[in-house]
Amino acid sequence: MAEVVLSALTKSFGATKALSDVSMTIPDGSFVVLLGPTGAGKSTTLRLIAGLDKPDSGDVRIAGSSVVGDMPAQRDVAMVFQQYSLYPHMTVRDNLAFPLRSPILNRPEDEIRKRVAEVASVLRIAHKLDNKATQLSGGEMQRVSIGRALVRAPRIYLMDEPLSSLDAALRAELRIELKRIHQDLGATFLYVTHDQVEAMTMATHVGVLDHGRLVQFGTPREIYENPVSTYVATRLGQPRINFLPADLFGPARAGATQIGLRPEHILQGEGPEARVIRVEHLGDQTRLHLHLAGNDLITLSDPHTTLKPGDLLAIRPEDPLWFDASGNRLP
Amino acid sequence: MSAFSVTEPSARSKGIAAVLVFLYAFITLLPLLWIISTGFKTGPDSISYPPKVIFTPSIEGYVNLFTSRTRINEEDRATLSPPANFAEAIVRERDMVITGPSRFGERFLNSVIIGFGSTFLSIFLGTLAAYAFSRFRVPLKDDLMFFILSTRMMPPIAVAIPIFLMFRSLGLSDTHLGMILLYTGVNISLAVWLLKGFIDEIPREYEEAALIDGYTRFQAFRKVVLPQAATGIASTAIFCLIFAWNEYAFAVLLTSGTAQTAPPFIPTIIGVGGQDWPAVAAGATIFLLPVMIFTILLRKHLLRGITFGAVRK
Repeated sequence: MAEVVLSALTKSFGATKALSDVSMTIPDGSFVVLLGPTGAGKSTTLRLIAGLDKPDSGDVRIAGSSVVGDMPAQRDVAMVFQQYSLYPHMTVRDNLAFPLRSPILNRPEDEIRKRVAEVASVLRIAHKLDNKATQLSGGEMQRVSIGRALVRAPRIYLMDEPLSSLDAALRAELRIELKRIHQDLGATFLYVTHDQVEAMTMATHVGVLDHGRLVQFGTPREIYENPVSTYVATRLGQPRINFLPADLFGPARAGATQIGLRPEHILQGEGPEARVIRVEHLGDQTRLHLHLAGNDLITLSDPHTTLKPGDLLAIRPEDPLWFDASGNRLP
Repeated sequence: MSAFSVTEPSARSKGIAAVLVFLYAFITLLPLLWIISTGFKTGPDSISYPPKVIFTPSIEGYVNLFTSRTRINEEDRATLSPPANFAEAIVRERDMVITGPSRFGERFLNSVIIGFGSTFLSIFLGTLAAYAFSRFRVPLKDDLMFFILSTRMMPPIAVAIPIFLMFRSLGLSDTHLGMILLYTGVNISLAVWLLKGFIDEIPREYEEAALIDGYTRFQAFRKVVLPQAATGIASTAIFCLIFAWNEYAFAVLLTSGTAQTAPPFIPTIIGVGGQDWPAVAAGATIFLLPVMIFTILLRKHLLRGITFGAVRK
């Protein structure tokens, strides 16, 4: 386990700038989640740390020493690929044992057998150990690919959307399992996901990437409650944050052109009246689609609400987030 | 509801297809059947007119193929001890004695050494080159690939004279090494192009995973890429072997003794004591066997190799 420090990392692929000037410290034992849409540079960051690509400039330090000149094998990192990348000509057992049989680790066979059995039972693939990797379902392949990382105790686990193709129940279980590994072993994780629940529940830190730049780095709460821009604000929150003209509810703060309202920023029962367009019952929550003076917004309501489309509902903002014309947060 | 089905052809069309396939197979296999059967005929049967389809089989052709013989006269024959084995007995009936083994064995062995040697070398070099072209940023990659392909655009025999002169001054004429190098040179362009196609189909992520799992690039190549390229390697090997095995023109030109392969040797059998068609046919039959066995062994890979790009992903 080790601290990983990225300093001023820049990487281009041809004319596309994948990462520019990214600096980030992944503290020892932390669980850092990277957020951002496709093409923001999340996977590139993982690949640069793993050593699969070389940065154009900047440095990657693991446990205090630069690894930029090292081969991936020398860096002692484990990576779970989005495309699973199981070795198709091997059985599940051999896939899991592969890192332990490498010339670098070269563990004795009885230890390998024990370790593989442990990991397989944690990931519920023990009954598939003698299957060919190609005979598995998508979810099973993904678990094997996570398992191939977990058999080792690397300095950092790099995971690129490892739970994306699992069903909801298994995803929830593995989320807890990964969190347990993080806590029990004190392992360091750098984790890419699109899933808000994963980000909020697992992360100790969240980094938000936008077009190859790190725009904010902090705890999940900080990112959620104090986003530096409209871009960061839209990364987290279900339903998404609503952006409305700054003067919709009265005089705007100086310089502000829009306000950001999360459901908890919307007080119901007082203020101007909005029309209910649609009521979505999701079970644990109910979403209200509202229309107010030419603007659409979505908020939450009590699951047992009696509101129906066409009703009027008075709403008023409370402690909203203020943003200027270019989307930056105002203090 | 009509009986028409997209997936299942009707019994009638299946029947027609079967007849066509059978006819085609019969027509293509007819020369092969003729050669194999001629190998088991006696000399007179092999040239009888109309040709004999039904005949009494004899292994005279095979005996003649593997032996050198000389004619003896009546008195000498009487002084000889009784024939020691079946081959001797067959030869005696034609007023001849066996003087020793023929050259066919060595020539056949030469074909094996040169054919498999050059196939191995083509595949070994071709796989490494194809991997490099597929995965690394090679300067002038496209030009180099075209250059490699261009060596295939001209019939090799067109450069026979320069090669003959080169081989003579390098001392490669009539050597196994010379023939292996020559066939490798001809085959390697095919090997690089075919294998590059197969390796391109293997996603890079597998190697990247292996690199992270603690392996060097060469180890990743050996443990992850090679097993997955096995299909492509097998089908490329068949193509290379068939070329090297059957090659005639260069073999005639560049070999005469030590390194002569079977193709230029087999026709020379005909000159030993009249037109010995059964011996020629026997030689051709034995010559066919290794490639046939090799192809049948790798048949599964060959079929998968041909459809490789189509079925994957």
